[in-house]
Amino acid sequence: MLTEGPVWPLTWNLPMSETLDADVHAFIDKAVKDNPVVLFMKGVPDQPACGFSAVTVQILDQIGVDFAAVNILQSDALRQGIKAYSDWPTIPQLYVKGEFIGGCDIIREMYQSGELKSLFAEQGLLPA
Amino acid sequence: MRDVLQAGLSPTRLEITDESALHAGHSAMGHKASGEDVESHFRVVIEAAAFAGLRPLARHRMVNALLKSALETDIHALSLKLLAPGES
Repeated sequence: MLTEGPVWPLTWNLPMSETLDADVHAFIDKAVKDNPVVLFMKGVPDQPACGFSAVTVQILDQIGVDFAAVNILQSDALRQGIKAYSDWPTIPQLYVKGEFIGGCDIIREMYQSGELKSLFAEQGLLPA
Repeated sequence: MRDVLQAGLSPTRLEITDESALHAGHSAMGHKASGEDVESHFRVVIEAAAFAGLRPLARHRMVNALLKSALETDIHALSLKLLAPGES
């Protein structure tokens, strides 16, 4: 059986010039609206730079949902901007269909209760 | 942190564990400019009647609001388990 391709083909990078709050906000807004599932994290999926980001990636991988990842360590403006965008103080942050779902603890709770998988299934984001 | 949570939520159970030692070294990630590794990791379990009927996101937002200033300065990472009485 052939192995599936990479689950996270998408890495979004903030252009270096975009450091104004408005630019960062627009970048985040576009990332969460253009991609059905987006994870803002420290590091990249195959090399997370923080345990909480690592756990979240593992859960998404376990469920088998495709997601875009944004490494917030690439820019301090982005790191601060994502906290303001969601009014949420910590990283990682998961968005589904433009809506903020939660951070690591919430994702873990929802995974354990089966709620997270149901959410992806309801949104048509899991392979049939 | 304990006082703020006690006053804000009147919890029936409040456990705060400092796990910073477990994360020494890695938490400097992204803060290399400061040259310090002083941020702290806490694990907090709260049981409070105020959480009853609220979804996890709403519960977390209540706690985040109470700890807003500490989260901006002293607390690097916070792991929360938020229960209503009778939940486990």
